[in-house]
Amino acid sequence: MITFDHVTKLYRPGVGLDDVCVKIDKGEFVFLVGPSGAGKSTFVKLLLKDLTPDSGNIQVGDYHVNKLSNRMVPKYRRKIGTVFQDFKLLPKKTAYENVAFAMEVLHKPSRQIRKQVPQILSLVGISDKADKYPHELAGGEQQRVAIARAIVNNPQVLIADEPTGNLDPATAWGIMDLLDQINLRGTTVIMVTHAKEIVNKMDRRIIAIDKGRVIHDSKEYYAGPMGGDEE
Amino acid sequence: MIGSLFYNIKQAFVQIFRNRGMSAASIFSILAMLLILGLVFIIIVNVNLFSEIVKQDYDQVEVFIKDGATQAEIDECIETLKAKPGVTNVTFRSQEDALAIMKERWGESGYLLDSLGENPLPASIMIEVDSLDNASSVASAAGKFEIIEDVQYYKETVDKLTKITHFLQIACMIIMAFLVVVSVVVVSNTIKLTVMARSDEIHIMRYVGANNWFIRGPFMVEGIVIGLIASAIASGAICLIYKKLVETIGDQVFAIVSSPLISVQYMTVNLTIIFVALGCSIGAWGSIVSMRKYLKA
Ligand SMILES: Nc1ncnc2c1ncn2[C@@H]1O[C@H](COP(=O)(O)OP(=O)(O)OP(=O)(O)O)[C@@H](O)[C@H]1O
Ligand SMILES: [Mg+2]
Repeated sequence: MITFDHVTKLYRPGVGLDDVCVKIDKGEFVFLVGPSGAGKSTFVKLLLKDLTPDSGNIQVGDYHVNKLSNRMVPKYRRKIGTVFQDFKLLPKKTAYENVAFAMEVLHKPSRQIRKQVPQILSLVGISDKADKYPHELAGGEQQRVAIARAIVNNPQVLIADEPTGNLDPATAWGIMDLLDQINLRGTTVIMVTHAKEIVNKMDRRIIAIDKGRVIHDSKEYYAGPMGGDEE
Repeated sequence: MIGSLFYNIKQAFVQIFRNRGMSAASIFSILAMLLILGLVFIIIVNVNLFSEIVKQDYDQVEVFIKDGATQAEIDECIETLKAKPGVTNVTFRSQEDALAIMKERWGESGYLLDSLGENPLPASIMIEVDSLDNASSVASAAGKFEIIEDVQYYKETVDKLTKITHFLQIACMIIMAFLVVVSVVVVSNTIKLTVMARSDEIHIMRYVGANNWFIRGPFMVEGIVIGLIASAIASGAICLIYKKLVETIGDQVFAIVSSPLISVQYMTVNLTIIFVALGCSIGAWGSIVSMRKYLKA
């Protein structure tokens, strides 16, 4: 599904990603861990074609990501849902409108939007908050809206860059359950995190990066540098 | 779709008002460019019309006859000229004919000529040629006659006019190209303010896979609204200017060169079309430029 083949992207020597080889299968749930500045977000940006590697190949499904033309990037991005630490919700739109927006952008028919958005909102557990604006929602609820928006167009891959970074542990576990559920529906999930406790309890594949290199890739307990328990 | 268009137009006005300093600069920049274009256009179109009329009416050479030439000398001259290649018709114009023609041409001011004591106009021979290109050889042949005082034909005038119009057109294009670029830069800087204010939204749209034209949409609407405001002002201004111009000097121009100015209506309609097209393009182009950084993958 996702292949990084000797991918290098260096901002300056030793900073960025250095000769990374990773293969992620369809339907997997992968944690991406490592200390701050290790290159995790760089990995995510390369995957989203926010950045282009200096060398190496990235393949996602049928897409040769490095070779995508500017024009093809939007089409490619529709295959991938993204969630960020800071939620990135539109402040002037309600929860419902934020999710609907992701469908409007793709010119989905309004009948389909009216049907699908409530379904997704109930899947992420905030049906009752549909008409609230982001500033009226708690952090965990905002992140649920963001996740709803990320999955409403049925992406094959969900990428979450520190989705629990701004949340307290209890709320974070709620989000983890949700991501787990989404993964069970067949979506490949890649989650960047510093949360040791979550990583080690979930019993999933763990890819650890340090100074731009992969230093650990297995389901084993990981005790290496991760950059603090929660952030 | 229509609803979102109205929404975008409303938002465009809100943004234009919010960044009114920069918006005014953009509008002013486009406006200045359009007005210069308009003035040059007015000149070019009128000069073109004038040279067309001159070409049609003056496919002839006029040779003026010295006072005191005898009828025999004149007849001899006429016969020789008739035989020249390219000459289609030769007519004699007496002093009285010349005065009558001038009176007619001066129109309402014609009465001024009545106060002249003696008729100062010379008699002349009009030689019609099949094309202005034959005019020079005919003119030099006519000039050889003793009785001929002066030879006048319009080839040189027409050539000069054509040259001037060409020069004007080229100069105008260079100035325009420069002004268009300046306007695009100013507009793009204005819209950049909106782009920055909405950069989160742009990022989100990009992450959910909106294509670039969809993302540009609202910003292009803003650019086009700026362009439309500028072209509306420019159209109104140029219409007034030209109307005034025709009112004040139209008759004089006609008296001097016997060519009317292009009608106000024709000028306004055409300039408005040009202004709107150009204003919108500059606005749209400016907004595309302003987003380039945000939309490259
Ligand atoms: N555009 C850039 N130009 C130069 N250096 C950059 C750029 N983006 C990131 N870096 C540097 O590259 C390194 C890796 O950054 P990256 O964002 O991938 O780290 P990270 O693993 O996500 O860290 P964190 O856990 O703090 O989010 C950092 O040292 C960062 O300062
Ligand atoms: Mg990061």
